[in-house]
Amino acid sequence: MVTSGKGGVGKTTTSAAIAMGLAKKGHKTAVIDFDVGLRNLDLIMGCERRVVYDFINVVNGEATLHQALIKDKNCGQLYILPASQTRDKDALSKEGVEKVLNELSKTFKYIVCDSPAGIEKGAHLAMYFADDAFVVTNPEVSSVRDSDRMLGLMSSKSRRAEKNQEPIKEYLVLSRYSPERVKLGEMLSVEDVQEILSLHLLGVVPESKSVLNASNAGIPIILDEKSDAGQAYADIVARYLGEEKPHRFIETKRGFFGKLFGGK
Amino acid sequence: MSLLDYFKTSKTSSASLAKERLQILVAHERTSKNQPSYLPELQDELLNVVRKYTNVTQDAIFINFEQDEHQETLELNIMLPDDNDKKKTKSILGK
Repeated sequence: MVTSGKGGVGKTTTSAAIAMGLAKKGHKTAVIDFDVGLRNLDLIMGCERRVVYDFINVVNGEATLHQALIKDKNCGQLYILPASQTRDKDALSKEGVEKVLNELSKTFKYIVCDSPAGIEKGAHLAMYFADDAFVVTNPEVSSVRDSDRMLGLMSSKSRRAEKNQEPIKEYLVLSRYSPERVKLGEMLSVEDVQEILSLHLLGVVPESKSVLNASNAGIPIILDEKSDAGQAYADIVARYLGEEKPHRFIETKRGFFGKLFGGK
Repeated sequence: MSLLDYFKTSKTSSASLAKERLQILVAHERTSKNQPSYLPELQDELLNVVRKYTNVTQDAIFINFEQDEHQETLELNIMLPDDNDKKKTKSILGK
């Protein structure tokens, strides 16, 4: 499950990237948009024109899962379940979501749930059944605070918490990071955010123009292998799957001026 | 010291300010999250009881719940209005 509390920090970008990354590694993956009424995952995945049925249709039995799932055009192992654009968030129920997740888990190795912003029903249902949580945070005060709030909810209001099971595994994805600004003391550093949230760092995604370019084109950023953000997400997926990868994009690149003024 | 370091140190770091503010806020919000859910209701009822005998406003009542490894403390502060405009504070501490 991909969450953040705050809006606009990169949940959908991260969901699309992680789902594509897992599928590209050969795992059969489904990615679900939980943002009922304000769906956008379809747009980021570039399948907006192929949406016929949605998550709510499946929950209500108006369509089968098979009819609603959209096969990704770039990767045969990846399927997208879009949110409804017309219904409101009350159309989702715990039982309905559970039924769909159970059915999906019969054929899919990974189910990525793209949570809406906020702490209302959609966000609660997206996290309720989660085993692992990717907490997307920007190095900025309101994002860090909201992430902490989401962490609190996960530890008390999830199925794992209610059933006294092992808690949800929580991972930090620090996005829109600018090492240059951190160096100037204008931005919270990775260490600062980790210290406040006490989370395991899965990866840092640098602030990058390529993210907007990718969403403009409807291609998950992870497919842009040349871009720093694309590489950062590839590292994140690899680390999630247990590979050892040294962290990148935390230090400033030493360009001409860095060499000139940086000493050493 | 390089030229860049000179510019760096001349600025007050807004990041350290952000960190400090967040640490305080997050610590506060984490403790209030563990508060018993009956606390607002208790506060409301206590206020009504106090109001039966004296004329206090909502702002004049303050409840603080603290928790450490050994005990939970409920602190209750009521600012009683005085005829002479003096303010007395009654404090009850419980376990």
